[in-house]
Amino acid sequence: MSDAIQLHSETVVGHGFHHDDHGHHQSFVSKYIFSMDHKMIAKQFLITGIIWAIIGGLFSVLFRLQLGFPGQSFPILETFFGEWAKGGTIKPEFYYALVTMHGTVLVFFVLTAGLSGTFSNFLIPLQVGARDMASPFMNMLSYWFFFMASIVMIASLFIQTGPASGGWTMYPPLSALGQANIGSKAGADMWLISMALFIVSQLMAGLNYISTILNMRTKGMSMTRLPLTIWALFFTAVLGVLSFPVLLSGAILLLFDRNIGTSFFLSDIVVNGEVLPNEGGSAILFQHLFWFLGHPEVYIILLPAMGMVSEVLSVNSRKPIFGYMAMVGSLFAIAILAFLVWAHHMFVSGLNPFLGSVFVLLTLLIAVPSAIKVFNWLTTLWRGNIRFTPAMLFGIGFVSLFISGGLTGIWLGNSTIDIHLHDTMFVVAHFHIVMGVASMFGMFAGIYHWFPKMFGRFLNNTLGYLHFWVTMVGAYLIFWPMHYQGLAGIPRRYLDKSNWHSFNQFGDLDKMITVVSIVVFAVQLMFVFNFFYSIFKGRKVTTTNPWGANTLEWTTPINPGHGNWTGEIPEVHRWPYDYGKDGREFIPQTEPVGSNESKH
Amino acid sequence: MQTFFIIAILALGFLVTFQIAKASEYVSVIRGEEKSRKQSNKINAFLLLAFLIFGLIGVYYCNERLAGKILGSPASDHGVLVDRMLYVTLAVTFFVFVVTQFCLFYFSFKYQESENRKPYYFPHNNKLELLWTSVPAVVLTVMVGFGIFYWFKITGNAPSNSMIVEVTGSQFKWEFRYPGKDGVLGKKFYKDINDAKNNPLGQLWNDPANFDDIYGTTELHLVVNKPIQMVIGAKDVIHDVGLVHFRMKMDAVPGTPTTMWFTPTKTTRQMREETQDPGFVYEISCDQMCGKGHYSMRGTIVVETQEEFDQWMVTQKPQYLVANPSKDPSAAKPAAGGAKSDSTGKSGTDTARAVAMAGTK
Repeated sequence: MSDAIQLHSETVVGHGFHHDDHGHHQSFVSKYIFSMDHKMIAKQFLITGIIWAIIGGLFSVLFRLQLGFPGQSFPILETFFGEWAKGGTIKPEFYYALVTMHGTVLVFFVLTAGLSGTFSNFLIPLQVGARDMASPFMNMLSYWFFFMASIVMIASLFIQTGPASGGWTMYPPLSALGQANIGSKAGADMWLISMALFIVSQLMAGLNYISTILNMRTKGMSMTRLPLTIWALFFTAVLGVLSFPVLLSGAILLLFDRNIGTSFFLSDIVVNGEVLPNEGGSAILFQHLFWFLGHPEVYIILLPAMGMVSEVLSVNSRKPIFGYMAMVGSLFAIAILAFLVWAHHMFVSGLNPFLGSVFVLLTLLIAVPSAIKVFNWLTTLWRGNIRFTPAMLFGIGFVSLFISGGLTGIWLGNSTIDIHLHDTMFVVAHFHIVMGVASMFGMFAGIYHWFPKMFGRFLNNTLGYLHFWVTMVGAYLIFWPMHYQGLAGIPRRYLDKSNWHSFNQFGDLDKMITVVSIVVFAVQLMFVFNFFYSIFKGRKVTTTNPWGANTLEWTTPINPGHGNWTGEIPEVHRWPYDYGKDGREFIPQTEPVGSNESKH
Repeated sequence: MQTFFIIAILALGFLVTFQIAKASEYVSVIRGEEKSRKQSNKINAFLLLAFLIFGLIGVYYCNERLAGKILGSPASDHGVLVDRMLYVTLAVTFFVFVVTQFCLFYFSFKYQESENRKPYYFPHNNKLELLWTSVPAVVLTVMVGFGIFYWFKITGNAPSNSMIVEVTGSQFKWEFRYPGKDGVLGKKFYKDINDAKNNPLGQLWNDPANFDDIYGTTELHLVVNKPIQMVIGAKDVIHDVGLVHFRMKMDAVPGTPTTMWFTPTKTTRQMREETQDPGFVYEISCDQMCGKGHYSMRGTIVVETQEEFDQWMVTQKPQYLVANPSKDPSAAKPAAGGAKSDSTGKSGTDTARAVAMAGTK
């Protein structure tokens, strides 16, 4: 029981029930800050992600104030934001900075780093049966590159000309020309540098996840015995590794255009009467480079949520996930198609219509694997014995939102309809439901489900239920009516529609949405409070497997130390979804297959 | 002071909620965790069912409230196609939406935890998988087929009798150029753009095709039932010509001209009667984030009969004469035959090329 396990030459991993029993001494710094334990790194990603989520969420509340109450003065805004909100009203420059930062922060820092960063790190070694990542050191570096990216991005909020404000997509020439947009001065450089650091972080993380899943599975853990979470995180990592470098190239070329006079994206420009010398570049090229990441990015955000929800639905229905191989196959299909649909963001950019038609076909094809997943989740619930833990509720909420938002994708993916709906509030409603809120729900499901494993304590259930119900109802109240604004043709990023004859009819609706979004934001703060409070004061976990789950992470001690298992890594004998088989509630993966057990 | 009170009340509400939540944990320990867990399970199952019912009622109510506020019937031939595709898609997706959401919440309610139920071990069934792979695939194939058919109709070549208008976006206004009697837009070059010299589009004055080109800003005039081809460009950053009533949209990209065409089918006057709104006006919105004034980048369109258009056109003065007042009285045929070579050495500009491309079938 007490042999030390040699992980790497520099990391001798101890064992024992409590982490303070470790065979080797760890200082505060090496344990909590420059930690190489995948579980600690996961917590670092999660907590950084939560901080970013509060900031990004706050931004959305601020610009919702402007949208709901255009022109109204809120003196408190001037107190905090000074020049940017002179007289208590949000200036257009400030509004666009908020929108841009909200998008950037939520897409990259929260739903990429905070979601797949947290759960890939936490779950991959625990669920495949490994003591740590393939390269713990690179894993640590990946967090610290993310941290540096965060610092640069945060710093850009405090410079005089403000952060980037050309939209989270950073389309040049707007993002390239400081003369055209105040946020395209130093703010845009900092955005690009931060993003470059972030991409480095993602690449190191992704390579680690892939190699760990492929090489470090425990004995008996064949690929077809992997939990769906791991499959989802695997495809996520592959998507990230293949697509993020393309954005890196776009970001670097844009930095060149901005700073050393190249013309990759600039041509024939007269800005504020000033004639620029750049000729021969193509602004559309950046859009291709951006969306070649940008679309897979959507699935980098969504797949981990899908994987975790599959796990949570199965565990809490006390029933195997329906159609395991179809679930893996559809994940694979989505991952492949994710690379082949980017130009559906560019139907009205002047793209060749024939090319557009190809992208219509490929885009709508994604609906097929998505439909398979939805029907399989529904069948998983069918004739189950469902426990409504907060995680389960968020899982069900995820499926509901994924259906609602996914179906509007069929509208937007069809270029004929997209002509009318492109860049309207309909798009905002669509992607917030299907990618934003749904993935958030997946993340919440993951946090509620694995919190006991992370911290050895439970989150408060009552607050969990409150959190779910307010967020669920709020999400629909906010985004469902927004579709109608889009159908009326209201463009995105219009901070005041009162001068428009065609767009000024939704004043009351905008007010309602703003009020609801403030309430929803307050409830998220409550969740954050619950989170931090429960780390220290939550109900203690008393059994190793509180949810009665089959996967390997629940065979570790309640508070696993670095190295995860005290003795040998357990051997795996079956797939992870034997719930309700032969009249038994659950059969852990570690249990050998009995001789008279029925086959599935 | 008021702000302070609001914050204090919020903090208090926070605290109270938290204390209640905390207390509920103790209560559950006293009453027996298993028992209170079962009770909350029942409550949540019931709430999920309630969410389904009230959600569907809400969907209906929302539609009642808002459906009248979205756009009326389209004002262009292409708009009819877009709307038809949209309503077909709406019908299909709404059906799927109701069925799947019903299953989701109803199953959750019906199969909530109960002591006498044994969950059904049902790991896979290839027939079912085949069913819900093939049915969506077939339905989507049909929708892709229709969509692409309409898409090619809309993005295909403009009819040869279409009227050409050039639309140029810049922060934060729309500018227009009509080709005049010759029906050809003169060449232009971006380095010649100079507002002080009355040359806001950079027209080359040694190109005779430019002599009769009419320049306008903010308000665009179109002829009803006459195909209109827009040649779209931008001076500084990417903009987007958004025409909600015609259901048309196309980006305006600096350095890369784009085109779109459609046929307006209703005059402004007809729309005023149809919508019973005397203030009705066709609007051009910028649909691509273009800087701090993006939300206010508004243009208008007047759709009128051919006679009204001709009458209006007569009152317009070619920009050539505005920029070169010396040529004004002596009129439209200055001896500028040597227009083939131009001062900058740049022949064929992008706009000219785009027009040429759009013109050849």
